[in-house]
Amino acid sequence: MSATLHTATLDIDVSLTRGAFSLDVAFTAGPGLTALFGRSGSGKTTVIDLIAGLARPDRGRIAVAGETLLDTERGIAVPAHRRRIGVVFQQARLMPHLSVRRNLGYGRAFARGRSDGIAFDGVVDLLGIGHLLERRPAGLSGGEAQRVAIGRALLSRPRLLLMDEPLAALDEARKAEVLPYIERLRDEAGLPIVYVSHSVSEVARLARTVVVLDAGRVAAVGAADTVLRRADLLATQEAEAGAILDMIVEETDSETGLTRLSGRAGRLSVPRLTRRPGTAVRIRVPARDVLLATQPPVGLSARNILEGHVVSIHALGEAASMVEIDCNGALLAARVTRASVRDLALAPGRAVYAVVKSVAFDPQGVGTARPEAVEI
Amino acid sequence: MLDLTPDEWTAIGLSLKVASVATLASLVPGLFIAMLLARGRFPGRALLDGLVHLPLILPPVVTGYLLLLSFGRRGTFGAALAEIGIVFSFRWTGAALACAIMGFPLMVRAMRLSIEAVDRRLEQAAATLGARPSAVFLTVTLPLAMPGILAGSVLAFAKAMGEFGATITFVSNIPGETQTLPSAIYSLTQVPGGEAGALRLTLISVALSMAALLVSELLARRLARRLGTG
Repeated sequence: MSATLHTATLDIDVSLTRGAFSLDVAFTAGPGLTALFGRSGSGKTTVIDLIAGLARPDRGRIAVAGETLLDTERGIAVPAHRRRIGVVFQQARLMPHLSVRRNLGYGRAFARGRSDGIAFDGVVDLLGIGHLLERRPAGLSGGEAQRVAIGRALLSRPRLLLMDEPLAALDEARKAEVLPYIERLRDEAGLPIVYVSHSVSEVARLARTVVVLDAGRVAAVGAADTVLRRADLLATQEAEAGAILDMIVEETDSETGLTRLSGRAGRLSVPRLTRRPGTAVRIRVPARDVLLATQPPVGLSARNILEGHVVSIHALGEAASMVEIDCNGALLAARVTRASVRDLALAPGRAVYAVVKSVAFDPQGVGTARPEAVEI
Repeated sequence: MLDLTPDEWTAIGLSLKVASVATLASLVPGLFIAMLLARGRFPGRALLDGLVHLPLILPPVVTGYLLLLSFGRRGTFGAALAEIGIVFSFRWTGAALACAIMGFPLMVRAMRLSIEAVDRRLEQAAATLGARPSAVFLTVTLPLAMPGILAGSVLAFAKAMGEFGATITFVSNIPGETQTLPSAIYSLTQVPGGEAGALRLTLISVALSMAALLVSELLARRLARRLGTG
């Protein structure tokens, strides 16, 4: 073994065939939050079930923190209850016959004797569920139930947490309620997380590493900003392609209600952000909300114009193209018609002005980035 | 009206004893068979299902006769069991066995339906939280299936209180030993002047059955509230 190799948090290489669906997936995940991203039917949930031990592959190997949990060749298959892998499902799956307190204590009872892990009160505080302890799951809102489910998984003292579209069953308001807790989990609990989602905004906000699944295969693996910008990959996804920009909050103009952000790409104004100046934020710019001009635009209602040059152009179907623009080292993607590419004579190296519509900033996509992400 | 003769009291007491023993003794095997039918994937599952349901379809007298052939003193199992001191023929234990067999399909059916209704995804969640299969069964499957287990037990108890054909065929109609409530009513209708006694016992029978149903309904409601579904 070379000295540069280190033990990955999760190392998986599995394949299975179920009827018309076949899965053949291999990747490794390190510490922090790794997103499994792909459209429904791409095999994300199957991968989660395989890691958790709720399903068996036809062939393969799974190791977590260096311990082999499954190896079909060596005949190893650790059952789910001995894997120490917490799972937060799409539906909370709380025990309906137990109170919230006893639901939280459920996994804890089986983890007795393990000294590591977080204390009950700490988890309750982290998730803000102290006022729910004596309630029954039937009386909880979707967001509350999901927070309890997260707490329950944490208290079972897992060494890896799997989250299978934990927000998919929630409406936008409930999502906004739960997301900050997942961010706190990522930043404060120090627990490696594999997070399944088909939402670009969630992945952009939460993930450090992204694994893109398509039709049971790994289509791409890499850092979140790189992978999400890869238009050719994302064009095959239901979700919209877009660019991720790491920026700093400058100031909010109380008259216009706009908050100014600055970053490597330049300055952008977004609808009022209730964050202190100096805070690092990560924003997402959907490719369809970026217009291109070859001259400085004048008399335009859009306020955000970034200068850059074309890096590459990919065809998207018959009529559209995805143009990658380098804005002072930050990469942006624009979805334009092929006719525009021809008329503007767009080609790699061509200087362009990217017009970003203010409305393109989705508050759901504005998340707190880890500080080190902007220090580069 | 309720001036019962000592014989009638005996019949009531015996019926309650027989039905209670039949129900309690069926609980564990009933639950086991219900789990097997609800969850098991094995060859012969349909056959087992058919066997369990047989007493529901066969004429009770046939079931009773089959019991006599197999558990009678000279029966296949009866002779062997008699060796170790377990005797069914013409004993109240035989009445309990007959009642248990007759109530078994009702009990298993209710239990099986409620086990099938338990959300397997909850059991999976329990496993990921570290619960081994036996713990999953005790802490998730069993509590969630409890309303059905209870309903099945009450049904089996009610059936046992009313069982007549198989019991009288297998263990006859001996006052104080095998003469249960239905047998006593039958006997009273066969003798001149027995109508008053038959009517008294009929009313008792109705009252006991109603009470059993009422208790089960109350328990089911309390359980439903606890499960958060009521």
